[in-house]
Amino acid sequence: MAIKDYLRQRFFPHMWCPGCGHGTVLNSLLRAVEELGIEKNDIVMTSGIGCSARISGYVDFHSLHSLHGRALAFATGVKLSQPKLKLLVPMGDGDALAIGGNHFIHAARRNIDITAIVMNNKIYGMTGGQYSPLSGVGKKATTAPYLTIDNDFDVVELAKAAGATFVARTTTFHATEATDFLKKAIMHKGFSVVEILSQCPTHYGRKNKEGDAPQMVANYDKITARLGSKKLEENPALIGRGIFVDRQAPEYCEEYDKIIEYAMKGRK
Amino acid sequence: MEKSIKFIQGNEACVEGALYAGVEFFAGYPITPSTEIAECLSQRLPERGGKFIQMEDEIASMCAIIGASLTGKKVMTATSGPGFSLKQEAIGYACMAEIPCVIANVQRGGPSTGNPTHVSQGDLNQARWGTHGDHNIIALTASNHQDIFSITVDAFNLAETYRTPVILLFDEAIGHLREKLVLPDEGELPIVGRLRTSVGKGVDYRPYLPREDGRLPMSDFGAEHRYNVTGLFHDMWGFPSNNPQVVSDLLRHLMDKIDNNVHSITRYKEHYMDGAEYVLISYGSSARSAIHMAKNRRMKGEKIGVLELQSLWPFPQHLIREKCSKAKAVIVVEMNSGQLMYHVKAAVDDPGKVFLSNRIDGKLITPADIKGLLRIIQGRGV
Repeated sequence: MAIKDYLRQRFFPHMWCPGCGHGTVLNSLLRAVEELGIEKNDIVMTSGIGCSARISGYVDFHSLHSLHGRALAFATGVKLSQPKLKLLVPMGDGDALAIGGNHFIHAARRNIDITAIVMNNKIYGMTGGQYSPLSGVGKKATTAPYLTIDNDFDVVELAKAAGATFVARTTTFHATEATDFLKKAIMHKGFSVVEILSQCPTHYGRKNKEGDAPQMVANYDKITARLGSKKLEENPALIGRGIFVDRQAPEYCEEYDKIIEYAMKGRK
Repeated sequence: MEKSIKFIQGNEACVEGALYAGVEFFAGYPITPSTEIAECLSQRLPERGGKFIQMEDEIASMCAIIGASLTGKKVMTATSGPGFSLKQEAIGYACMAEIPCVIANVQRGGPSTGNPTHVSQGDLNQARWGTHGDHNIIALTASNHQDIFSITVDAFNLAETYRTPVILLFDEAIGHLREKLVLPDEGELPIVGRLRTSVGKGVDYRPYLPREDGRLPMSDFGAEHRYNVTGLFHDMWGFPSNNPQVVSDLLRHLMDKIDNNVHSITRYKEHYMDGAEYVLISYGSSARSAIHMAKNRRMKGEKIGVLELQSLWPFPQHLIREKCSKAKAVIVVEMNSGQLMYHVKAAVDDPGKVFLSNRIDGKLITPADIKGLLRIIQGRGV
């Protein structure tokens, strides 16, 4: 199937700014679905609120554009009630880790079979450029005219500590790598997290003098390095890219099925 | 066949009603005084293949049941004041996206943490207006366990019929009271199932295009129709729109689907209402004291009756007006600062004849409390 067959073309043009990285994430994600050959009817995409969240309107899957921060809570209801469905949950950094931080760590803790995609542009884009919990210290934002003093989360470390059984990180510069990680995340049984650094030239790049979209994308190649690479070994301050966690553990819905089996036996 | 009789708490009667109605999914969070509903369903649901999950918070519980409802399941959650406050944004989502779901709020004293282990009926207006923006809602209540059972069944039926969240507004006293429940046989009470679309595969399914009878047939997530669900104003495909016509049409539809059916949604009981000169209007556990008092006064020849409301929202304005038209005085009996009373005053011909008998101290209102007020109204002193 062609990529465009996964899109709801009548709802285009999309609302993302020129140069936004989110379209690249959508591209990587749809290629992953296509290469895996998953039926469109078997996929539910649940999203929250923000630029990233609009992705769910554009894809020809079952789509649930929910509340700010709550995408994983909605997804948990869908998945547990109908475990045969594949749940894809793209979220922005504020969506996933500020207002939705609680749901993020608890979905990871349960190891419920959902794929969370954190589209990290380090800013609240839709509301016009306020700092997020992933902006980091010393950044400029409309709510940080004197620069941020807030420390940022490391999504990978947070997901690992909370119990996610698949954790990966990549960027929009590495679109084919993103497809590869997303394929593995989707096929992984359990809670999977893929963080994708995605440029926001309009609200982040401009204010923080990181250049236009091409410069921001090119910069992702400079500031990151593959896990196990010589580049990372020689420059440990670079942001690691790759698969950080890939382990097997009991999955929530399968464990609940065992409860049902036990409870039904007890009743007879 | 002999009837199955149980001696249980009101919260358990709610669980029995939910199971009878076919609940398949529950998500919740521990909170007094509703926790027994979650505890019972954690045991009972998996016995019949259903699912229970204790979520990380009240918000997540509300979100999870909405997600589960979209896969075609009958869903509910249960909570009390603080949790009910937290759920409001997602309740608004269910109103906007028209997702059937049932929320039991076993009321305790508020505001804030309030009086967790004591009775109140202070969430009446929150049930109506807790979430932001114009919207409509159905809220039901009951004063005894047999009625809790049947009104819970009704809640699921109305949620499916009107594709709306339905609030069960119980209270701590009735939730924790133990009394008899006679379980109805299968088929004794009507059950409304999910209305699914008959639109075939490959045909353009419009999830938000009402049928001639106003109902919106659904398609389960995972079934052949893929569509968008959103809390934004949306067109008949569920896709976001800020077209003024689309916005106003959708909002009108959300209001009208309930308002135009007040007569079929309204549930009430009359106790000793024949020729009543004094009408007590009450609901939930307060109604038990009102009924008790009316019964005693009737035995002494006083013409006192009780109009017990079992549906609070949509407010049965015409019913109130009609039943109070001949009354010398109307006493609203409730455990809050007069939340229902203001609506009763607005409904009757002469607001000056409406009085409030209430308690707001966490104690159940007594027949003596109501009698005291009645004597003052009658000019007989306390």
